[in-house]
Amino acid sequence: MFFGIVLIKSEAASWFRIYEMFQFKSFHMFGIIGSSVGLGIIVIQFIKRFRIKSFFGAELVIAPKERSVTRYLLGGIIFGLGWALAGACPGPMFALLGTSFTPILIVICSSVLGTFIYGVLKDKLPH
Amino acid sequence: MDWIFEPWPWYISGPLITLVMTLLLLMEKQFGMSSNLRTLCAICGAGERTSFFKFDWKAQRWNLIVVLGVMIGGYIGANFLTKKSAVIVDDDVASSLNELGFKSVNQSYLPEELFPIDVVADFKIVLLLIIGGLLVGFGTRYAGGCTSGHAISGLSNLQLPSLIAVIGFFIGGLTMVHFIFPIIF
Repeated sequence: MFFGIVLIKSEAASWFRIYEMFQFKSFHMFGIIGSSVGLGIIVIQFIKRFRIKSFFGAELVIAPKERSVTRYLLGGIIFGLGWALAGACPGPMFALLGTSFTPILIVICSSVLGTFIYGVLKDKLPH
Repeated sequence: MDWIFEPWPWYISGPLITLVMTLLLLMEKQFGMSSNLRTLCAICGAGERTSFFKFDWKAQRWNLIVVLGVMIGGYIGANFLTKKSAVIVDDDVASSLNELGFKSVNQSYLPEELFPIDVVADFKIVLLLIIGGLLVGFGTRYAGGCTSGHAISGLSNLQLPSLIAVIGFFIGGLTMVHFIFPIIF
């Protein structure tokens, strides 16, 4: 809930902001991502160094992603194309659904379909 | 308390996102929104078709609750915490968007040209939204994550794959905005 409020209030869910970001004309989006990553690096290093336990007392593990270049680069490019066109990534999409922008429902449904298509084609794609 | 109704600056929003990620980590969860798309596929019965969707989606229910929270948060943010929802962008950006035919720039949160109220009335818009969604859904799973999973969590964890994916995001995004937009709008 908190994340949704942040996404709307920071305007990260706005198509205009995404467009602006890809024009490199504003520091706003880079500031958001940059500061959250910068702080995130510190937090995660802190967790690792001091072996912070979770609320339930277990050791924290962050599952590393498998190594590959093709899938991340190709997948990333495809995602980027869609991100710029629809102006929304999966988080903001749902935040927007909570506002009155109903057309976003089309984007959500087709992104579920897109995920499904990936699942079907998965074994035929280079990874 | 007036500041809360204004757009939040990046140095507030960014750290708040980190806080969300940290809380999820401390609850033994991973911060990643796009996994939900896969979960939705599984719920719709996609597991019948391919093994990729054959997993215990009930274990992912917490993430769907996050999604529900994001929706409620979106509602609260837009309806109770905002007075003027118009997003004010950089002047150059505004004029270049005007040239592309986006007249609603600096007047609304989303471009009315792409997200009109009676969206079904315009076939081209519906098609563009569908294509956008398809690309996002397909690309995010292929890359194994989206902005939250790769750009925020992945980079925070100093993962090389995430850096590659984020570079990909930008190659794709820049191509769309600079080369494809002039063609389709």
